[in-house]
Amino acid sequence: MSTRISVLKTYKLYIGGQFPRTESGRATALSGRKGQHIANLCRASRKDLRNAVVAARKAQPNWASKSAYLRGQILYRAAEMLEGRAGQFADELRLQGDSASSARKEVDAAVDLLVHYAGWTDKYTQVFGSINPVASPHFNFSVPEPTGVIGVLPPQAPGLLGLVAAVAPLVAGGNTCVALASPTHPLSAVTFAEVLNDSDLPGGVVNILTGLREEILPPMATYKDIDGIAAYGTTAAEQALIGENAALNVKRVAFHPADALAGDPYRIMEFQEIKTTWHPVAVG
Amino acid sequence: MAETSTPTLIHSPTIDAVGLAERVARFKARSIKTASKVSALRLALSMIDLTTLEGKDTPGKVRQLCRKAVCPDPADSSLPHVAAVCVYPSLVRVAKDALKGTKVRVASVATSFPSGQAVLGARLEEIRYAVAEGADEIDMVISRGKFLCGDFAAVYDEIAACKEACGEAHLKVILETGELHTYDNVRRASDLAMEAGADFIKTSTGKVSPAATPEVTLVMLQAIQDFHVRTGRMVGMKPAGGIRDAKTAVTFLVMVRETLGPAWLTPEWFRFGASTLTNDILMQLAKQRTGHYQSPHDFTND
Amino acid sequence: MPAKKKTNAPPAGSATLAADPANDFRLGETYAPAPEATDHARVAPAYGLFIAGAFVPPASGKRFATVNPATEETLSEVAKAGPADVDKAVAAARKAFGPWNRLKTTERGKYLFRIARLVQERAREFAVIESMDGGKPIRESRDFDVPQAAAHFFYHAGWADKLEYAFPGRKADPVGVAGQIIPWNFPLLMAAWKIAPALACGNTVVLKPAESTPLTALKLAELIADAGLPPGVVNIVTGAGDTGAALVNHPGIDKIAFTGSTEVGKQIQRAVAATGKRHTLELGGKAAHIIFEDASLDQAVEGIVNGIFFNQGHVCCAGSRLLVQEGVADLVVAKLRRRMETLVLGNPLDKNTDIGAINSRAQLERIEALVQAGVEEGACIHQSGQKLPEKGYWFRPTIFTETAQSHRITREEIFGPVLSVMTFRTPDEAIEKANNTPYGLSGGVWTDKGAKIFGVTGALRAGVLWANTFNKFDPTSPFGGYKESGLGREGGLHGLAAYVNLTHN
Repeated sequence: MSTRISVLKTYKLYIGGQFPRTESGRATALSGRKGQHIANLCRASRKDLRNAVVAARKAQPNWASKSAYLRGQILYRAAEMLEGRAGQFADELRLQGDSASSARKEVDAAVDLLVHYAGWTDKYTQVFGSINPVASPHFNFSVPEPTGVIGVLPPQAPGLLGLVAAVAPLVAGGNTCVALASPTHPLSAVTFAEVLNDSDLPGGVVNILTGLREEILPPMATYKDIDGIAAYGTTAAEQALIGENAALNVKRVAFHPADALAGDPYRIMEFQEIKTTWHPVAVG
Repeated sequence: MAETSTPTLIHSPTIDAVGLAERVARFKARSIKTASKVSALRLALSMIDLTTLEGKDTPGKVRQLCRKAVCPDPADSSLPHVAAVCVYPSLVRVAKDALKGTKVRVASVATSFPSGQAVLGARLEEIRYAVAEGADEIDMVISRGKFLCGDFAAVYDEIAACKEACGEAHLKVILETGELHTYDNVRRASDLAMEAGADFIKTSTGKVSPAATPEVTLVMLQAIQDFHVRTGRMVGMKPAGGIRDAKTAVTFLVMVRETLGPAWLTPEWFRFGASTLTNDILMQLAKQRTGHYQSPHDFTND
Repeated sequence: MPAKKKTNAPPAGSATLAADPANDFRLGETYAPAPEATDHARVAPAYGLFIAGAFVPPASGKRFATVNPATEETLSEVAKAGPADVDKAVAAARKAFGPWNRLKTTERGKYLFRIARLVQERAREFAVIESMDGGKPIRESRDFDVPQAAAHFFYHAGWADKLEYAFPGRKADPVGVAGQIIPWNFPLLMAAWKIAPALACGNTVVLKPAESTPLTALKLAELIADAGLPPGVVNIVTGAGDTGAALVNHPGIDKIAFTGSTEVGKQIQRAVAATGKRHTLELGGKAAHIIFEDASLDQAVEGIVNGIFFNQGHVCCAGSRLLVQEGVADLVVAKLRRRMETLVLGNPLDKNTDIGAINSRAQLERIEALVQAGVEEGACIHQSGQKLPEKGYWFRPTIFTETAQSHRITREEIFGPVLSVMTFRTPDEAIEKANNTPYGLSGGVWTDKGAKIFGVTGALRAGVLWANTFNKFDPTSPFGGYKESGLGREGGLHGLAAYVNLTHN
C-alpha cells in the first residue's frame, strides 16, 4: 500500500469573481521557515492590476445600490464561511510561520471583525448622516456615499486579520476594492477570496492580487480610475509615492499603522463622500 | 359631463412655490428711483380701475369717485386720469353719465359677484344688463367650486358663454386666487380662462384674502407670456385687492416690465384694481415734485 | 419735474414721461441709477500684514495695488508677504495656539459670537468694500456674502463647547496651526468659511486672501482686533501664489485648507504628500444642471439664471452645463434668452445691478479665450444685448447651444457668465452626461416627480445637489466635492472634521 499523495492547492488571483492566473505567467515561490517549498504564488503584473480595477469599477455602482441590509447579510455570510473554514485558515497561517494559538486567535478575530462591520452597514448612515436646519425654506440632508474604487495595501502581518480589517470597512460602505495581499502572508488572502466568493458577494467587489509591492504600488498610486488608497504599515517612501501621485486625480488617501485593525466606523467614513441635497419645502 | 367645447385638458406647468417667492423677492429688491420712479408712478396711476363695490354704494358715491377718476389730484393737472371706474351693474349708468366726454372707461363686475353662485342664465343676464347700461368692461368671476372639483370643462364653457354675452365689451376673468389656494391651480385657471377667450385675467374680487399677492400675479403674468408665445394673442392682467401703496404698485410694474415687457405697460394691457392706492401714488408723486414728505390730509378721499 | 410730453401715449390716456427718456420706466433701456452710498466705507490707502494682533509692514517693504475691476482704479496698496513674513505669522499662530486651545470652550465660542455680531453691525460697509474690490453686485454682497459670513461665525461659535457631541465615540482635539488660502470670488465669505470652524475647534490660523480681493479680509482683521481676540489666533498675510506656496510649505503648519482651482489644489496635495500635514481642498467644478420636461419651467429658468449668472459665474459650483430634455429644450432656451435680456449689467454699487464686473483682467481674458474656443468649435453663441461700460472688465451673459460633451466649453471650468446647453432624451442619458467629467462638486435637477428627484440626485456623483433649486448655501449645510472637485467638507457638522484630530475617549 503506498501512502496517498495529497492534492495541493494552486493559489491564484481573484479578479471579478474569477480565479485567474496572472496574465504574466510569473510566479513567486513561498517557502516555509525551514526553507521548504509551500506554494507558488502568482506574481501579478500591472495588467492584472488593470483587470482588477476594471472589474472593481464595473461592480461598484451595483454594489453601492444594494440595500444596506443585504450588504450586512453578505458580510455576515462571509463571517459564517470563515468560521466554517477556520481550521484551513489556521493551518495556512501556521504554514506562514504563526504559532497554532495565535493562528486560531487571528481567525477568530477576523470572523468577529466581519460580524462587526456586517452590523455597521445599516447604521453608519444614521450615525454620520444629518438633516441640516438651513435658514431658507428647504429640506436639506447629508448622507455618506461610497467613494468608489479603492486600492488596498493591507499590512504585511497579520495576513488574514490585516486583510479583513482593511477590506471589510470599505466593502461595508459600498466601495469596491483591489487589494494586494501581504507578500509574506499571501496564502490566507487567496483562501479568503474563496470565502468571499462563497458568500454571495458579487464578483468584482473585492479583488485580490498577490505579488510584489514595489511592482504593484507605482501603477496603483498613479492609476486615475482608482479613487482612493488605504494603506497599512507603509514606509515613508511608500507614503510619499502614494501621496504625491494621489494628486493626479485627487485620490483620497488613508495611512494606518500595521496594527490599527480594530473595528471602527470611522474606518468606513474614510472612504465615504458626504452628499448634501437641497429641496424646497412648500404645501402648494 | 356635459357636452363641451373644451380642449380636453390644458397642460399647465406646475409652479414651485419657493422658487416663485425667491423670484418675487428679486423684483421687490429692485430700487426704482428718480426719473424711473416718477414715470412708473404716473403709469401706475393711469392703470388704476378705481373701484367701489359695497352694499352701501349710492349714485352720489359713484359720482364723486368718477370725479376723482378724471382728476386724481387737483393740485397737479399734468397727471393722467385713471383707466376706469369699476362698479356694480346697477350703478353703471350713473358712472357712464358722470364720465361722459372723458376717456375713463366704465367697468362692471357681473356674474353674481363675488361668489358667482347663481345659475348660469342669471349670470349671463347680468352681463347683458351691464353692457346694455353702458359698461365697457365686464369683470366676471369663475365658478371656484366647479374648478376645485375638477370640472374644468364647465368652467371653460361658462367663461366662453360670458365672453359671448359681453359682445363688444372686454371680458376680465376673476380667478379669485385666494380660493384656489395653490399656485398650480392659479396657473391652470389662468390657462383655462385665456383659452376660453378672456381679454384680461384678474386675481381677485377684493372680498377674499389673500388677494393680489405679487406671487400670484407673477404666476399669471408668466401664464400670459406662455399663452402669447403659443398663440400670438396678448391677454391683459389685472391684480386687484390688497395693493395699497405706491411701492407695491411699482413692484408689480417691475414684474410686468421684466416678464411681459414694455408692450404690456399700458392701461390697455395692465390694470390695478384698487382704491386707496390712488392717494398713496399721488402723495409719492407730490413728494418727488416738491422734495417734501406729504400729509394724507392734502389728498382727496372720494 | 417737467410737464409731460405726449409721445408714444398708450391708448387709454397715460403719461409715462420722465425727465430722462433713457430712464422712462416703460421705454427706457434700464432703471435710473440707484447707487449705494459709499461715504461710510473706509478703505485705508495702504494696509500692512495682520500678525499677532497688529498691522505690520512686510519685511521686504513690497506692496501691490488692489484694483476696482469696475473702474480700474486703485483702491489701496497692500503688503506683499514674503517667506519671512509668513514665518512670523506662523510663529504668532503657534504661540497663540496653546492658550487659545486651553481657553474654556464657552469663552472661545463667545469670541466667535462677538465677531458674528460685529460683522452684522458693519454689514453695509463690508458689502460696499466687497463690491468695490471684487466687482460683485451690491445686491449680492449685501444680501448674500456678508449675511452668510456673519451666519458662519454665529453657527460655528455655538460648536466651540459642543464638539464632544459632534464625533460619536471620539475625543476631538484641535489640529494646531491652520494655513488657509482663499479665492477671489467670495472673499469675506470664504474667510468666514475658513476661520470660523478652525477657531471653534481650537486651532489658530494664518489666512491668505486672494491677490485681487484682499480688502474685506483686512477689514475683518480690524474687526477681529475690535473683538479683542487674543493676538496671533488669526493672522492675515496678503500676497500672490508665492505667498501661498510659502504658507503651504511652511513646516510650522499642521493643516492646509485651500479653496481655488483644481490645478493649484493638486500642486498642494503633492506638496504636502510626504509631510503628514492635514489638508482639505475645495476645487473646481463643471456642474450639470438637468431640466426634465415635467419641471416647473419658469422657476427652472430662474434656477438656471442663478446657477450661471450669480456672481458673474465666478462660482465653483456654478451650473455651467445645462442639460435640457429635448421636448422642452427650445422653450427653455427661449425663456432663458428673454430672461438674460432683463439682467441689469453695470456698476456693481448700483442696487439694481444683476451682473457686475469680471473680477480681474486676467479672468476676463480667460473667459474670452474659452468663449472664442466655443465659437471656433462650432457651438452656437447667444449673448444678451446689454451695453458695456467703457472702463472696467465686463462680459455679457452668454449661452452656447448646439454644444457637445467634447467641446472645451463643456469640459473646462470657465468661471464666468457662460453656459453650455446640451439636450438629452432619457433620464439615463442625462445622468451619464452629468457624471462624464472629472469634477464632482455640485449638480441640479428639476422635475415635478418625487421619485425622479431622489433617483437622479442619488445617481449624480457630486457633493452638493440642488433639486428644484440651485446655488443655495447655509452654514449648517456641508459643502465640498467628489472626485477632482476636492477633499473634505466645509460647513455643517461634517465640516468640523477638517479641524480636529480624533482620539478614543
